[in-house]
Amino acid sequence: MDTEIRIYTGGIIYAVISGDIDHHTAKGIRTDIDKAVSEHDPGLLILDFSRVTFMDSSGIGLVMGRYRQMTDRGGEVILTGVAGYIRKVFQLSGIDRLTKIADDVSRILSGENRIDEDIKEEMTDEAKTY
Amino acid sequence: MKQRLINRMKLTFPSCSENERFSRAAVSSFISQLDPLIDEISDIKTAVSEGVTNVIVHAYPDRIGEVFMEVKIFADRSVRIKIRDKGCGIENIEKAMEPMFSTSHDEERAGLGFAVMQSFMDKVSVRSIPEKGTTLILTKQLKEKERYE
Ligand SMILES: Nc1ncnc2c1ncn2[C@@H]1O[C@H](COP(=O)(O)OP(=O)(O)O)[C@@H](O)[C@H]1O
Ligand SMILES: [Mg+2]
Repeated sequence: MDTEIRIYTGGIIYAVISGDIDHHTAKGIRTDIDKAVSEHDPGLLILDFSRVTFMDSSGIGLVMGRYRQMTDRGGEVILTGVAGYIRKVFQLSGIDRLTKIADDVSRILSGENRIDEDIKEEMTDEAKTY
Repeated sequence: MKQRLINRMKLTFPSCSENERFSRAAVSSFISQLDPLIDEISDIKTAVSEGVTNVIVHAYPDRIGEVFMEVKIFADRSVRIKIRDKGCGIENIEKAMEPMFSTSHDEERAGLGFAVMQSFMDKVSVRSIPEKGTTLILTKQLKEKERYE
């Protein structure tokens, strides 16, 4: 399943990961996120796990890798939508001590606007109908 | 005391990564007859995924080999899962089981597969002969079912 990438003002990328995270799927998820990060150079990467249905230690590798990449750029990673069974896997790795796990990121996103392509298209479509 | 076996199943499948999901689903479906808790299913699926992924990634690093899986369930509600391969084997099992140890460099492997298996299952045992293959046995005791009827 595709990772949904939302680009916000304020240098924020919000990535909604869907389905199972295992060795088979991790590569595709990583590619989608890394593409967005290199294109938009964000200061904050939010990874949303609320649509994740399964995760093994491949998910730790995925988050560790993104964490390293973002800190190398002077940026930050926040995890959200982390269900109990996913948290259990993260706790084993200590990644929960490196990155913030937030229950609610709406405050971070409030005041920011989405500026990704889909939205832009929608907005111009809307503009036309007026 | 040796427990009475109440059911068992065997599966053999090629070590392609598409089968990681299949192997978890198959085990989860088979043990459902014990009516496990959601947390127990989740723990077992995660451990199976780690074991099968290790065969796919490490045992047969540059070829497709066979993954042999056997699941047994016992009268005391214990589940025993055997995952076997005829791959490269493990030189030093103790070292391999250390958290953060991984022989893989090209991928983002956390080296935490065994740590996950050990924390999610009651017992993890490994037998391995270099160049011959590896047998992993995962055991978990399911909680006693509360009967309302
Ligand atoms: N079935 C196997 N055949 C060969 N080597 C294995 C097997 N299972 C595990 N290993 C070895 O044990 C190491 C640790 O495994 P694990 O804890 O799952 O971490 P990871 O898979 O991230 O490397 C692997 O890097 C590999 O060297
Ligand atoms: Mg592993």
